[in-house]
Amino acid sequence: MRNYKEKIIQILLTSLAFASLFFLIGIVFILVKESIPIISEINFLEFLFGKEWYPSRQPPQLGIFPLITASLLVTAGALSICIPLGVGAALYINELAGIKQKKILKPLIEILAGIPSIVYGFFGMLIAAPFIQKIFNIPTGLCALTASVMLGIMAIPTVTSISEDALSSVPKSFKEASYALGANRIQTLFKVIIPAAASGISTSIILGASRIVGETMTVLMVSGGAAVVAKSFFVPVRPMTSTIAAEMGEAAVGSPHYHALFAIGLILFLITLIFNAGAEHISKKYRIKLGLGR
Amino acid sequence: MSAENIIRIQAENVNFYYGRHKALKNINLDFYNNKVTSFIGPSGCGKSTFIRLLNKMNDLVADTKTEGNIWLDGENILHDKADAVKIRRKVGMVFQKPNPFAKTIFQNVSYGLEINGEKNKKIISDKVEESLKKAALWNEVKDRLADNALKLSGGQQQRLCIARCLAVEPEVILFDEPCASLDPISTNKIEELILELKKQYTIVIVTHNMQQAARVSDWTAFMYLGELIEFASTDKIFTVPKEKKTEEYLSGKFG
Amino acid sequence: MKNKIVENIGFIIITLCLLATLFFLALIIYFIFAKGISVISWEFLTCAPRKAMTAGGVAPAIAGTIFLTLGAVIFALPLGMSCAIYLNEYNPSGFIVNAVRIGVNNLAGVPSVVFGLFGLAVFVKFLGFGVSVLSGSLTLGILILPAIISASQEALTAVPQSVREASLALGATKLQTIVKTVIPSALPGIMTGVILSIGRAAGETAPILFTAAAFYKRGYPDSPFSEVMALPYHIYALMTEGTRPELQTPIAYGCALLLLAIVLLISSAAIILRNKYGRYYVS
Repeated sequence: MRNYKEKIIQILLTSLAFASLFFLIGIVFILVKESIPIISEINFLEFLFGKEWYPSRQPPQLGIFPLITASLLVTAGALSICIPLGVGAALYINELAGIKQKKILKPLIEILAGIPSIVYGFFGMLIAAPFIQKIFNIPTGLCALTASVMLGIMAIPTVTSISEDALSSVPKSFKEASYALGANRIQTLFKVIIPAAASGISTSIILGASRIVGETMTVLMVSGGAAVVAKSFFVPVRPMTSTIAAEMGEAAVGSPHYHALFAIGLILFLITLIFNAGAEHISKKYRIKLGLGR
Repeated sequence: MSAENIIRIQAENVNFYYGRHKALKNINLDFYNNKVTSFIGPSGCGKSTFIRLLNKMNDLVADTKTEGNIWLDGENILHDKADAVKIRRKVGMVFQKPNPFAKTIFQNVSYGLEINGEKNKKIISDKVEESLKKAALWNEVKDRLADNALKLSGGQQQRLCIARCLAVEPEVILFDEPCASLDPISTNKIEELILELKKQYTIVIVTHNMQQAARVSDWTAFMYLGELIEFASTDKIFTVPKEKKTEEYLSGKFG
Repeated sequence: MKNKIVENIGFIIITLCLLATLFFLALIIYFIFAKGISVISWEFLTCAPRKAMTAGGVAPAIAGTIFLTLGAVIFALPLGMSCAIYLNEYNPSGFIVNAVRIGVNNLAGVPSVVFGLFGLAVFVKFLGFGVSVLSGSLTLGILILPAIISASQEALTAVPQSVREASLALGATKLQTIVKTVIPSALPGIMTGVILSIGRAAGETAPILFTAAAFYKRGYPDSPFSEVMALPYHIYALMTEGTRPELQTPIAYGCALLLLAIVLLISSAAIILRNKYGRYYVS
């Protein structure tokens, strides 16, 4: 009787574990399955490097090069904001903040990491875009720059949180050894602590970048939406995520447009996959370097 | 002497492997009813591994293999089909580090009763009191039974673990270095307790501390590198050891 | 002397980084609160929209967000917890452990819009649930599944092996040990993960864009198969659709304030719970 019940529960748990696995793998399967038609129908290189994205033309022109460049541009812009500010803030929390400040700042940053992306988009559209339009005297504030700024701010808490974890896991003995040799705090920080935490900080940046590339609602609302290859930060752009979000509603199921949007999803998936693998690889190496085991 | 030496547990040709490493080599040993048997020997000699076989705790360790027989009340407990749950209710265990649950003091002791299906509140609370009294902890905790057990001191936690074990009414109790993490005063209390408990239970204790073995046990087994070197009454082994290795260990030449 | 100056400049720069970060984040929160607070009223919280979204309240959107989030948790929690318990307590073969680990690690970073695509292809189209609460909940459920699995696994791993041994040595069965000692000890950690996931699910827009959300829906959803309004999507719709932006924008501010308040409260609760539980176990 007792064994019987134990066995049933075990079988139940096993099947639920496999169900989870099924869903996790299912996403990859669906993305590939729904992307295959477009890759087999039109030349893959043409899809990737075509400069014309006119899905509603007859026949539709499905070149995603403008979308890829838009994503790259916006990501680069956002990183140039979130790396210095995010890492700087982490250094402050780790090095300058007292115990009391640390106790408030660490959870605060973590809580702020949870602000929904729609809120950044909303703020960007109503406050940041008009402001940027005025300052740079450009025709519209809904452009790559505004998107970069909003995404950059959005990613700061992620970068700060993970960087700070990396900094605080540097053994105290490293710091003491440096002080004992007569180094001052800033020398110790830049010559000992930052190098020791470098891979953890890199991990935080990669994860921040991964979040920026995949962010949808913010770019959908503030990037302006023009599907042309961007030549500067001051023009409207249409990154990959916002293309999916904006156009999926109007794409007829089974049409080349529909499959093309899934293919964009697959590319996004692969990009974040590479980012995550990179982050995992680096953080593994870094744990070994600090002698923290696997 | 022989009249009161009733064999309770009998180990026959026991071998044990962690992966390919042979951790126990052909152990043959008898445990007597209502006696304290202690295991001494340097770390890694297999004494803990051996007593963990007596309540099938090694089943939890992956990639291990056991050979031989251990007889308890006519049942071979090393057999694959032997019911671990039933055996563990008969053979209780107290671990090296006190490991109370993160529950109240009361719940820690009542845990074993509840998993056995006891629902009567009166019986449970009587049994909890009785067990805490037997473990010499009742006077210290009777007013704070609803406190979290993790608030107790290390020595109190270990006595709570003993009370928890007694509540299940085992017949044999295994102590795996019960004082390894305790101060001398707490150690002394646990030793007194063991001497008291042997009137009712068969006790097996693993210890690092030779004096402790001499103080509490009737029989002593000396193990070295997975082998049982010598097994004799505690008086004999400490005064006239037969084996050279035993003598060297007892005189502190290695260990 | 020179060193001292360099040191001070360095410290000023990193202090400015922190201040700039806090300033930007505070600015966003301040604007949303300042402009949204005047919109919040009893009517706003409890009534349906009127006059083509230009007046009235957003109660259906609040309700929709609650339904979607609860649905996601009801789906993902049992699945994720069982998966973690199985992996941690039943020593399964290396294959499934690795497969789940790789799946969890990689899906945690996948853009939410990609989950939306999956939901569209599988729940809306293939299983025929249509654009509905059910499709949206399931999509959000899969989105938070990796987080729930990894939070549960982490919490279960943190339960010391000695606690399991203590219970088994008292003659408890494996199941009794898991239910009565392992899960209660791991519960605060699991709950932290779950609460953080609730906050995430409540704030996500992209996954429900084509699986659940409607700009306008008269009243509350009456079945799992009906479309719903949802707070985050409502903000987006108010800003990009409709014809009276001057009337719609204040309502959007109100929605943004509500959403922000809900999400910040939820994540604060999770982090407070985690810190408290962390301290408890250290002692």
